[in-house]
Amino acid sequence: MAHGHHPTGIKRWLFTTNHKDIGSMYLWFSFTMFLIGGAMALGIRLELFQPGLQFWEPNFFNTLTTMHGLIMVFGAVMPAFVGLANWLIPMQIGAPDMALPRMNNFSFWILPFAFTLLLLSLVTPLFPDGAPNFGWTFYAPLSTKFGPASTDFFIFGVHLMGISSIMGAINVIVTVMNMRAPGMSLMKMPMFVWTWVITAFLLIMVMPVLAGAVTMMLTDRHFGTSFFDAAGGGDPVMFQHIFWFFGHPEVYIMILPAFGIASHIIPTFSRKPLFGYASMVYATASIAFLSFVVWAHHMFTVGMPVAGELYFMIATMIIAVPTGVKIFNWVATMWQGSITFETPMLFALAFVVLFTLGGVSGVMLAMTPVDKQYHDTYFVVAHFHYVLFPGAIFGTIAAVYYWLPKWTGNMYNETLGKVHFWFSIIAVNLTFFPMHFSGLAGMQRRVPDYNMMFEGFNQLSSIGAFMLGFSQLLFLYLVINCIRGGKGKATDRVWEGAEGLEFTHLPSPAPYHSFEQAPEVK
Amino acid sequence: MSLLKRVMSGALMVSCFLTGHLWAAEAEYSKLNLRPGVTENSQRVFDLHMEVVWIMFAVAGLVFAAILYSVIRFRKSKNPTPAKFSHSTTLEIIWTVIPMLILIYLTKPAIELLLDMEDTSKADMTVKVNGIRWKWEYTYLDEGFSFVSELSTPESQYKDYARTGTEKGENYLLEVNNEVVLPVGKKIRFLLTSKDVIHSWWMPDFAVKMDAIPGFINETWTKIEKPGVYRGVCAELCGELHGFMPIVVRAVPQAEYDQWVAQKLEEKAEAERLAAEAAAKSWSMDDLMAEGKRVYEQKCQVCHQASGEGLGAFPALKGSAVATQGPADDHARLVIYGRGMMQAFGTELTDAEIAAVVTYERNAWGNDTGEMIQPGRVSELKAGN
Repeated sequence: MAHGHHPTGIKRWLFTTNHKDIGSMYLWFSFTMFLIGGAMALGIRLELFQPGLQFWEPNFFNTLTTMHGLIMVFGAVMPAFVGLANWLIPMQIGAPDMALPRMNNFSFWILPFAFTLLLLSLVTPLFPDGAPNFGWTFYAPLSTKFGPASTDFFIFGVHLMGISSIMGAINVIVTVMNMRAPGMSLMKMPMFVWTWVITAFLLIMVMPVLAGAVTMMLTDRHFGTSFFDAAGGGDPVMFQHIFWFFGHPEVYIMILPAFGIASHIIPTFSRKPLFGYASMVYATASIAFLSFVVWAHHMFTVGMPVAGELYFMIATMIIAVPTGVKIFNWVATMWQGSITFETPMLFALAFVVLFTLGGVSGVMLAMTPVDKQYHDTYFVVAHFHYVLFPGAIFGTIAAVYYWLPKWTGNMYNETLGKVHFWFSIIAVNLTFFPMHFSGLAGMQRRVPDYNMMFEGFNQLSSIGAFMLGFSQLLFLYLVINCIRGGKGKATDRVWEGAEGLEFTHLPSPAPYHSFEQAPEVK
Repeated sequence: MSLLKRVMSGALMVSCFLTGHLWAAEAEYSKLNLRPGVTENSQRVFDLHMEVVWIMFAVAGLVFAAILYSVIRFRKSKNPTPAKFSHSTTLEIIWTVIPMLILIYLTKPAIELLLDMEDTSKADMTVKVNGIRWKWEYTYLDEGFSFVSELSTPESQYKDYARTGTEKGENYLLEVNNEVVLPVGKKIRFLLTSKDVIHSWWMPDFAVKMDAIPGFINETWTKIEKPGVYRGVCAELCGELHGFMPIVVRAVPQAEYDQWVAQKLEEKAEAERLAAEAAAKSWSMDDLMAEGKRVYEQKCQVCHQASGEGLGAFPALKGSAVATQGPADDHARLVIYGRGMMQAFGTELTDAEIAAVVTYERNAWGNDTGEMIQPGRVSELKAGN
């Protein structure tokens, strides 16, 4: 082996430039953040179990919702996808590693520092006036004029996360554009690679916008500017326009790679090729394009001109079309297949079904006149958790089960995997489905207390949330168990119907430098 | 639609039955669904909502049925040899075009409704709504009076940190000290703004939700058809007590409304007379302290706390430089004009109330400066002297 030398112990991880090591670090980091953010969610659900304030001061409750959102979005979902990209893209395109390995190392090691900055704000002796408490959307002037001192740590944390994401995205694009095996034309790329390339372009487009928004916050807070203060000629609504110009593509950044994952798992376990590959690619690209022109549908109550509201309503509704195409294609892939239900397939199926639910409530929310009723209620919370938990998180979990045997060379415990699945799917619905009802009935978001008429649904949500949270510990056990040997050796193909270079051309576990010689793709 | 509605309420009742006692008791409002409300537009919003719900149920139902069928019929044990097909342009076109048609069908009523909802012209009267952390100030622009409306649920009902459970009233967190009274059958225009952060004035029964944005004025309107008491909340996160700034509207017939307005105007004249009297007289320390304590508990305590020790971002007054070292004039100016997060109270409190609360803060909790300030001086400060 030409590159046989690598350091051991802590130095291996600090200095590694290997895509698999970095991928693993991303995934473990993501899981750690998932547990921290999840613990905060349980704190929220604990307080909301019954009317009255039993556990937290309202201000700390706001901190919990804020930090939960920030940690899940920037700490759990985004790094999980970058971790998967690191592990899979070189193997799927027949490359030895990522194109820019040192930048790869750097983009990971920024993250622990970024989140240390963010989490330091919770240390009371440092910040007596508390951690960020203005929601993960940090609307001005609540976050500027009224934000606690720790807001500045949040701002620098977000800057670092953005730099890390942009570097990760550049790496994916450069790798995919330059290092594909001979014969792998763009329209022969695996769907996961396609969805990630498109995601990477979204990241490069919008992370600088977010950086601009937090920089303007910083100067508003400390250097006398008035970007978001009407008293100085600025506009608080402009903050929302800038934020959602980042925020809406961000939503798709958190779902497109999961689309790619489903497009691998469903064909494998249906033993049938993906239906409508080309239309899947075009649909993904259309969704990405549309994500840039619909941002103000998050702001239908700010008092936009009616022409603007009409435009954003119609543009948003159009997104349902390419999204629908993707769902129909997955169903058509299963049609007349020969389906088996291993754990990855179960999670992928749940992904399709529950993402559809999140999609149809999305169409409802797109309609401006009714959105004015749904806006800022638990109906919205239900909607975006249906696309994020069964979407992004189930997608990631499905991917881990699907590729873990390839990564470790061992099979995970299938029976326990199924137990994990059934607990998760029951709990996720128990947690988030009742939120549709409490929202419609009139419960607003981001409140620590509510009238008794919402009690029943909140109790169900709280019970579901604890079940959901604790069943993820089973996932942790399953992964560790699999790494340590699991249920025996995996075959090179792993799954009967598996396609793609990583299954057809590489042994299990895959070698450290994936492809030392490029395979021929026909 | 009426058939749909009947089916829907049937489905809701079945689900109520299935889910047991939690929602069995049917109250004034549905605990499961949007309310039809009491205005023409709220009814139209409700109808459109139900229409979309049913279409979306149908779409999702078809997808789920196809998945369920595949999962049952095309499992490996039933269908050991998979088909080989992987694309069909005809199908792709069909499932691109059909969703488009559904969306176009939905867009038409949505556009019509939206245009009506946004038409604030030809209003019969105008009420200005001002969001202040964490209360609402209502100004009746035509009649010329205003008042502040805030949560009336006592702290003892919601602070349950001992976790013993507290007795709660029926309108827990949805009740206020001063209800907004509005006439039925009149087109009422609301002008919304805010003193500090963004709030959102949401009245579900009118299908009205509009952000109150500092430095800007938003417009919306309603025409209430049925007399009654309607409850809403602030919908946009506005800080610590965001969940504790409800809205209550009492809709009454015109005659009753006129009576209420007359009473409000009388109260206003009386309050102005008392304020002038209070401002003119010279107050004793004891009177200022007693009045100051009352004002403090009502307006200041929520942030600065009863102990004067503050909380988190809210600074302590006990032993603070402003309350003990700086001149009383500066202290009073801060109350009148506000600073940073601190609200300006110059218009909300009378001169006597400001004088009393400043005196109270300079002498309570062991601050003991022995200094007092008279209403006359506050009045001078307001005039810029």
